[in-house]
Parts: sequence; structure tokens; C-alpha cells
Amino acid sequence: MNHTTKVSFTVNGASRDLDLDNRTTLLDALREHLHLTGTKKGCDHGQCGACTVMVDGRRVNSCLTLAVMHEGDRIATIEGLGEPGNLHPMQAAFVKHDGFQCGYCTPGQICSSVAVLEEIRANIPSHVTGDLTTQTQITEAEIRERMSGNLCRCGAYSNIVDAIVEVAGTKA
Amino acid sequence: MRAFTYERASSVEAAANAASSNRQSKFIAGGTNLLDLMKLEIETPTHLIDVNGLGLDTIEPTAEGGLRIGALVRNTDLAAHETVRRDYGLLSRALVAGASGQLRNVATTAGNLLQRTRCPYFYDTNQPCNKRQPGSGCSAIGGFSRQHAVVGVSDACIATHPSDMAIAMRALDAVVETVKPDGSHHAIPIADFHRLPGETPHIETVLEQGELITAVVLPPPVGGRQIYRKVRDRASYAFAIVSVGAVIQLDGTGRVAVGGVAHKPWRVEGADAELSRGARSAASALFADARPTEQNRFKIDLVERTLGAVIAEARG
Repeated sequence: MNHTTKVSFTVNGASRDLDLDNRTTLLDALREHLHLTGTKKGCDHGQCGACTVMVDGRRVNSCLTLAVMHEGDRIATIEGLGEPGNLHPMQAAFVKHDGFQCGYCTPGQICSSVAVLEEIRANIPSHVTGDLTTQTQITEAEIRERMSGNLCRCGAYSNIVDAIVEVAGTKA
Repeated sequence: MRAFTYERASSVEAAANAASSNRQSKFIAGGTNLLDLMKLEIETPTHLIDVNGLGLDTIEPTAEGGLRIGALVRNTDLAAHETVRRDYGLLSRALVAGASGQLRNVATTAGNLLQRTRCPYFYDTNQPCNKRQPGSGCSAIGGFSRQHAVVGVSDACIATHPSDMAIAMRALDAVVETVKPDGSHHAIPIADFHRLPGETPHIETVLEQGELITAVVLPPPVGGRQIYRKVRDRASYAFAIVSVGAVIQLDGTGRVAVGGVAHKPWRVEGADAELSRGARSAASALFADARPTEQNRFKIDLVERTLGAVIAEARG
């Protein structure tokens, strides 16, 4: 019985070839095998959003997907978004608006925030969207609703919303 | 998590065959519910069959004027689809009322139908649960049952089905298309797809071992005002205490399905017939055979009032 599987995907543009225990989540592959520890493990059950990364351009909970299910996929993590000295506008806005206290949920919050603005521009509806047949607008209510999968135990929510609103207004 | 072997299925037939030859196997698509349960060792498959490579991810019109939704269409894509938004607004609304953006990006149409209950006793492996371990007893009966089912219950189980999407599918009379390991194709009306708990609450659908969902078909649009109203303990990212999915026509007639109250999406023909007489009449029909606990009796009133608000909004 073979309990391991070979898988190849790209992470932040670089090809990665791994031979993993089938049980390895994408989150554990990133942190424990590729040593990309920017992505955080919070609840490990899809409830907190700390592990949010992008797979083929869409935000997902990396704790609730197996690494071996991602053959050929493009993975992007917080490390790929920006780095000290060359911050993504969303990272800079989180710093400017104090969008965190302990910082543990922050990589997930930022990955999610960037995706939220793209999802609104792509006219994907949310629970607070009014008319389903017109273009969805970027509003504070839309941002709050769409960020509900990212918890912040420090309660920096209002500053997080301020950061996202600023980036939305400046057209990232 | 227990160790398991893993394969990427190359065709629908191969997937169904692989699953029928190993009763300990499971299909995996989004995996957002299955992996969670595997981490807790509530689900312990010895083999996973990854069906993500099978296509089955398109939304196409049917010859009858309806819509065929591939089993692997992600919840986000289904909610955002132009035809769904225009003609089946109830479905879009139900989808975006559920889970989070991250989960909806991954969760599939078929997986959503097959998600398992969120009963806390099902999740707590230290407690008896007939659904998790048949014959061990039900901890919810006599326990904390505020969130549990009020109708269609049995002495073995009072768990609810957690899906929002399925409530809309039930109100819209969807049909679940499957392929069995022998290659035969089947069409199961959603009314018959989920089972009531009875004496076997661990058997939740009519699917046989190895039977794979390939699509969900919606009949031609029925028009009307389509409203999904979900009542929950926080404003977002929470399961329903109750939810009401309704299609209300200009003359006040319509159809209604209710979530958070039963082991399956709850719809009663007699309630549809009473809808034009108002929420009280319809709710009476929905809950004629209700067996609530002291802690969840409030759900019956809550559904009546929620339905009243939905009817008022439709008349708006």
C-alpha cells in the first residue's frame, strides 16, 4: 500500500516537486516541507482563515485541502505578494492603518483582502449584494461580509476594513 | 488522520468502479467537509479517489429549457453564473448565505449536497452518536438540542442537514444525476435524495456504494420573487438556526422549503398549497408532525415569522 504520492506545483512562481504522505495538507506542505512559514496554522479546520492562500488565483483555506490534490496548480502565498522594502499596497495599508495587533491572522487577512477586491471587480455576488443582475459595488458592507471567513482575535476589524477601503479607492 | 491511499480518477466510470471495489473508499472533490472530518477521525477512509480531474465543471442549458450544473462546479461559480442570477436567484442567494468566500471557492455542487451534519455530538468522538457509531445512542436527545431538528426526527437521531444550497435546490425541484459502477445512469429527484434518520441515521442519502453524482439539473425557470432568508446567531459565516427559501408568484401562490429544521431540506406539498393564505397556514402544514424538544420548540415560531417576512418582502 502506497501512502505517499508525488506532486508538482508552483509556489510564488517557482516549480516545486514533492513526494508527500497523502495526509499532508497544502498548509503543512508549505510550512513544513517548503519552509514558507508566512502562511499560518490557526484552527486547522477551516474556521479562522489564517491559512488563506491563493490557488490558481482564488483564495482557499490551505488547511482543508490535500497537497497531492494540487498537481500542476499555481500557489501564491503572502511571501509572493510582497516583501520588506517592496510591499504590496495591501500590506502597506495594513501597516498604515494598524490592521493588526499580534499579527498572527494577518497573512491570511491580507491574502483574503486582495482576493476580495478582485472578487467584487469580477462581479461575484455576496450575501449583502442588492441586485444580482447589476455590477457589484465596493462598499464597506461588501468588504465586511466577504472578510467573514478571516477571524482576528485581537479585534482589529475596523482598522482592517479601513486598510482595504483605502486600497480599493486607490485601485490596486 | 488515518493513513490512506490516493488515486486521481481518469474517468467517471473508473471512479465509480474504484469506489465500488473498496467499501472503505471515498470520493474527494473540494474536500472541505471530508478532510475536516478525517482530521477528527470521524471519517476514516482507507482510500481516496480524487474526482477533480473529471471535468463535470460546466453549467449548460438543457433541451427542456432548464440548466445542467456539473457536479464539480464550485459554489462561487454557481452563485455568480449569469443565468443562475437571473432565472434562479433563490439558488444564488442560498449559496452566498453559506460558508465563507474561501470555502465557496473550493466546495462543489455535489459535495454541498453530501455534507454531513454539524450536530456537536456527531463531532465529539467522546459522546455516543448513532450517526457516527450506529447503535451507540443519541446524545442530542436529552442534551443541548437548541440547534437540532424539530420535524422528521426519530428516536435515534435529531440532527439537521446543514446545507443552504440544498434548500434552494429542493424548492426549485432539482434532479440529481448519477452514474453507478455498472455504468448505468440515474436521475434522482432531490425530494428523494436525502433520507430521514429513522433507525439508520448513518445512511443519509439513497446513493449506493460507488454511485457518483455527475450533475444536478434544474427544471425550466419558474419566475416569481425568489427569496432566501437565513436566521443565524451571527451575521455571517454561521450555520442556520432556520432558513426559508421561497418562490412567491404575483398571485401569492408559490413554494417553500425550510432549512435547519430536519434531516433533509424540508418541504411539504400541503404547505405550498397554503402559502397564499399566509405564513401561519403554511407553517402549520410544514410542522403538522413536528416533535420538537423544549430547547428547539422556538424554531417553529421562528420559521412562521421568517416566512411571514419573506411573503411581505415578495409583496413589497
